Amino acid sequence: MTEALLALEGVRISYFTRAGEVNVVPGLSFTLGRGEALGLVGESGCGKSTVALAIVRYLGRAGRVVGGRIRFEGRDLATLGEEELRGIRGRRIAMVYQDPMASLNPVMTVGRQLVEVPRLHEGVGETEARARALRMLAEVNLPDPEDVLRRYPHQLSGGQQQRIVIAMALIARPALLIMDEPTTGLDVTVEAAVLDLVRELRRRHDSAILYISHNLGTVVRVSDRVGVMYRGELVEEGSIRQVFSNPRHPYTRGLLDCLPTLGRDKRRTPLLPIPGQVESPSSRAPGCSFAARCAHVEPGRCTVGAIPTETVANEPGHRVQCVRAGELPPWRRRYVEAAEAGARAASEPVVALDRLSKVYRPRRGLFGAQADVRALADVGLDALRGQTLAIVGESGCGKSTLARVLSGLETATAGQVRLVGTDVAALPVDARAPSLRRTLQMVFQNPDSTLNPSHTVGYAVGRALRRLRGLSAAGAAREVGRLLEVVKLGPELAGRKPHQLSGGQRQRVAIARALAGDPEVIVADEPVSSLDVSVQAAIINLLTELQAERGATLLFISHDLSVVRYLADHVAVMYLGKIVEFGRAEDVFAPPYHPYTEALLSAVPVPDPDAQPERIVLEGALPSPTEVPRGCPFATRCPRKVGAVCDDTPPPEQRLAHGHRIACHIPAEDLVRLHRAGVPAPTGA
Amino acid sequence: MARFVGKHLLFLAVTLLVVSFLVFALNEFSPGAVARKLLGEFATQEQVDHLTRQLGLDRPLLVRYVDYVGKVLAGDLGYSLRFKVPVREIIWNRLGNTAFLAAICFALIVPVSMALGIAAGMRESSRLDRGILLFSTVVASVPEFALGVFLASIFVVGLGWLPGTATLVGGGGWSVASQFVLPVAVIVLYDSGYVVSMVRASMVEVMQRPYIRTAVLKGMRFRRVILGHALRNAMINPVTVVFLQINYLISGVVVVETVFAYPGFGRMMLEAALFKDIALIEAGALVAVFVAILTQILGDLAYMLLDPRIRA
Amino acid sequence: MALGTTTVEAVLVPRRRPLARLLRGAWARAARLAESVPALVGVGIVGFWVAAALLAPMIAPYPPNANDFAALANPRPSAAHWLGTDHLGRDLLSRILWGARTVLAVAPVAVFGAAILGSLLGLCAGYYRGWVDLVVSRVCDVVLTFPVIILYMIILATFGSSALNIIGVLTLTKAPIIARIVRGVTLELREREYVAAAKMRGESGLYIMLVEILPNARGPLIVDMCLRMGFNIVIIGVLGFLGIGLPPPDPDWGGMVKDTYGMMSVYPHMALIPCAAISSLVIGFNLLAIGLREIGQRD
Repeated sequence: MTEALLALEGVRISYFTRAGEVNVVPGLSFTLGRGEALGLVGESGCGKSTVALAIVRYLGRAGRVVGGRIRFEGRDLATLGEEELRGIRGRRIAMVYQDPMASLNPVMTVGRQLVEVPRLHEGVGETEARARALRMLAEVNLPDPEDVLRRYPHQLSGGQQQRIVIAMALIARPALLIMDEPTTGLDVTVEAAVLDLVRELRRRHDSAILYISHNLGTVVRVSDRVGVMYRGELVEEGSIRQVFSNPRHPYTRGLLDCLPTLGRDKRRTPLLPIPGQVESPSSRAPGCSFAARCAHVEPGRCTVGAIPTETVANEPGHRVQCVRAGELPPWRRRYVEAAEAGARAASEPVVALDRLSKVYRPRRGLFGAQADVRALADVGLDALRGQTLAIVGESGCGKSTLARVLSGLETATAGQVRLVGTDVAALPVDARAPSLRRTLQMVFQNPDSTLNPSHTVGYAVGRALRRLRGLSAAGAAREVGRLLEVVKLGPELAGRKPHQLSGGQRQRVAIARALAGDPEVIVADEPVSSLDVSVQAAIINLLTELQAERGATLLFISHDLSVVRYLADHVAVMYLGKIVEFGRAEDVFAPPYHPYTEALLSAVPVPDPDAQPERIVLEGALPSPTEVPRGCPFATRCPRKVGAVCDDTPPPEQRLAHGHRIACHIPAEDLVRLHRAGVPAPTGA
Repeated sequence: MARFVGKHLLFLAVTLLVVSFLVFALNEFSPGAVARKLLGEFATQEQVDHLTRQLGLDRPLLVRYVDYVGKVLAGDLGYSLRFKVPVREIIWNRLGNTAFLAAICFALIVPVSMALGIAAGMRESSRLDRGILLFSTVVASVPEFALGVFLASIFVVGLGWLPGTATLVGGGGWSVASQFVLPVAVIVLYDSGYVVSMVRASMVEVMQRPYIRTAVLKGMRFRRVILGHALRNAMINPVTVVFLQINYLISGVVVVETVFAYPGFGRMMLEAALFKDIALIEAGALVAVFVAILTQILGDLAYMLLDPRIRA
Repeated sequence: MALGTTTVEAVLVPRRRPLARLLRGAWARAARLAESVPALVGVGIVGFWVAAALLAPMIAPYPPNANDFAALANPRPSAAHWLGTDHLGRDLLSRILWGARTVLAVAPVAVFGAAILGSLLGLCAGYYRGWVDLVVSRVCDVVLTFPVIILYMIILATFGSSALNIIGVLTLTKAPIIARIVRGVTLELREREYVAAAKMRGESGLYIMLVEILPNARGPLIVDMCLRMGFNIVIIGVLGFLGIGLPPPDPDWGGMVKDTYGMMSVYPHMALIPCAAISSLVIGFNLLAIGLREIGQRD
């Protein structure tokens, strides 16, 4: 390889705000060769998106490259004039963004947005451009390209929209494709399909890819090399194998240690969160930027002067920015294959759902009616005292509706919901007795909206104490401090407002608020999905600790199978409002699998280059919940579909050992055999 | 589509009925009031009672209202006490005058406001933006009569270039056409100020959307990004506002009409109200509400046409 | 608890000097106004007129309704009458100052009245939805589409114009706009997780509306109230100009213009001065609104 396609040399980027200059990237260097794929990994605020936008010179009015050089195809991008820059954007360098719906113009058809690119850059005529657009749509595996061209973005699903954005980026055959968190926000199975597509396209078009993500598993799938960023600096860089098998920088190790992977189990291998939190870029101390949180820090060596980047011994191309890199012990991947279950104390069900159904009937306007939305159908499960039940599924599966019915924010249409013996299916939360309200509390997903921005932390927790436990104002004030300590927050935070806290801190406050009434059941609806990886680990640990201490029952709702595998004692897998598989965690995560569970597991991005499962790619889109199939809900996409019986007849619930249930027409032994035989060929649906 | 139109026409009919009933009730609630109005202050109570019975004004309110509706549908809007002619002779004439003025103003306001609003919003906080924002704020803050006074003091009193009144009667050395200049100027300035700020706000919001970033990073010229991608999105919200201006131009320009003595609809309503000319008030209210709701329907229709997300 | 440690009680239990804290908070907020040029100019103009209104009884050189027939020979601005006199010999400067009192007494009352009424309506409509929302929204739509001038003319001509009637009419016609804004905010905020958390504590609807939702609607509400102030002042002026405003002889800027604009060819100052007064005050409020919006966006 002669000259690198993209070379960043000591790039420094700052934002200029009212408060002065904030140096977000103090010095970054890396190269990308033709056809190479480099993954840039880091948590929120590390500057990876800033770097991407700096390359295309789109930092906005406040941001500027204040030092170093960015060279593309040998030319310094900063010296390009307006017209030259326009010639490069979209043609030589193309970008794919995080939120595909927002990145597409809602009032223009997809076709018009696609043909704009070749017409603009290559002066191609309308017919020729249209033909190329059609070819591109076929390449990104969108069925019926003619029809798609005519549609508006809001008429497509998230996965389809992202494919359009990718098509738009590749249609001019760029030399460099920058992808900024392209699969964040997409369902796991959709994400897997998009990642496979990216690999395939790269092979075909030989574009270089700069892939930016916070999810280490996705980076492994798409890139050859990876760079780990922390606070604007590249702390480690190397090939996938080098970095993931032999991480040398303490931050990289910390990240890998705090990731729940499919093989980890809370009883055997606890998650190790990285202590502390990311400091703001405006307070940069001399020396290593990670020093304040590093377990191996040596004051004097690590905290003075600039830290040089050196190559790891015997590993060419593997560079680390750490003075102690050579001294650290080799890193061991901490997992053990899921072994036999330890004996669990038998306990009675605290929450019991029986044939629970929920149908939304939209209001009938004066003219015309709308179809009913079936959110839950015949859901039955038990949550045992003192244990964790996880509910897993992708968007539209009904898990959030389940949480809302349990908590009383919605009422059920049919069925029973027994909460410590009382049926609350028809009881909205304001009709429940206060003692019942105390029994079940909820922790929500979004740390930005879980706390009222106008109230202080002390008020939020204190109010919960007063309402749920009947304490007086003075009594509550005393308890607030104690509760904050339980969630490992200092009592001085009581006077602060949410916008002064980090995401992890806000979520801890939300947990404290939920604990105010000493509940027996805690429903956690995606409590860690919006948090950074290192913070996730801490919150997960907190939840497991609290549950063990108080003997509470935890209902954990998530789409993240790795976290579920780590946390759960029992798992329920949902699809389109029905439970397709239920059982102990070790049974659900081992064959026999329901075909949907199998596909889900194969789709999970695993940050281990040696443990990549075979992919099962689900074709087609999720059926609309207004038109649910008569038979098995998964029949339209099932790679193991048997035949017409799957479409017409609802599948029987097969009961296996230890309460394990699978709803499938295929007998369990056959499922085991099929799984061992390997990935089925795509159905071509 | 048919559903949409049907729903709105229903709303129109219901509102017309409700409002006209309220106005009717307000004016004709006490039976003696109408007769007393007709006869003047010095009539005796006996005469008032007599006339009341004669005109059938002692019947229940609802009955009288139904009677009124019947007459209206037949085309009889009553007799104007103030102008001493049947209502329909004066109301359509005045409405026509105002409509003419409104048309001229609308034809100027729309392109001017759009152009200024887009120019301001496409580069937020640029000098052009701050200038346009300042200008539109000032102009929209000055009441119409003050604008009229300021402009008149310059162009009529100071420079003598234009006539001070717009009675639509030629003579005195001023052509009828020149009489329109000042009223139009005042209305266009005042209303543009408001519409510009609406268009600007919408444009500013659109420019921050991610799809604009997508367009720029495709390598498009800035002008192409504005005209091709931003414009249609930015128009969606202001379009309803623009149509509502028609409402203002018909019923709300009474101040300008008063300043320049323009024989328009608003001024007619003012005189009717001051004189307590019941028939004219009722008829005028009907027309005003009709125009108001019609413009609202047109605005909603335009919104639907522009935004494909709504059309489903 | 050791000295110097911040305990939770120290934070939560109300301070012994609430007034000091309130003033400090208000000062901090006021200092932020200086960040925006439009806000500063707006505050300056509005402050000037507020001061004028408050001090009018003390600094006006003449009683506002006193006729100085001697000055009629030359009503233009002179040493005796700094702004001149009107067609009845009344000192314009005094009338302007006293007119400020009138306007600044009526407009804010109407604004606050509309804000309170509109907020309550908007909160209920947005939170409870269903038929409450349907009724409130329809009524607001009707009131909003009706051309207000016509409405004023009809109502004031029927019931007569007094300060109370004008305040009442302004409140009723402006409340729907605020209701619509608050309703929009409520619709969005009721889906927030902290509202769900409040429901799970068993909080009543009233608590949720007033304590959880309303404080977060403050921003757009305050900006709108400044704009309303400007509109209301214009409308008061317009009503005066049309002859259906506050009854004479109390000085009312709009009324002053009405009486004197016919003489513009001879004595333009009589109409120009009240026009300038009302324009400047409205510009002041609108600039303040723009400035507040800017500051709010920067956060």
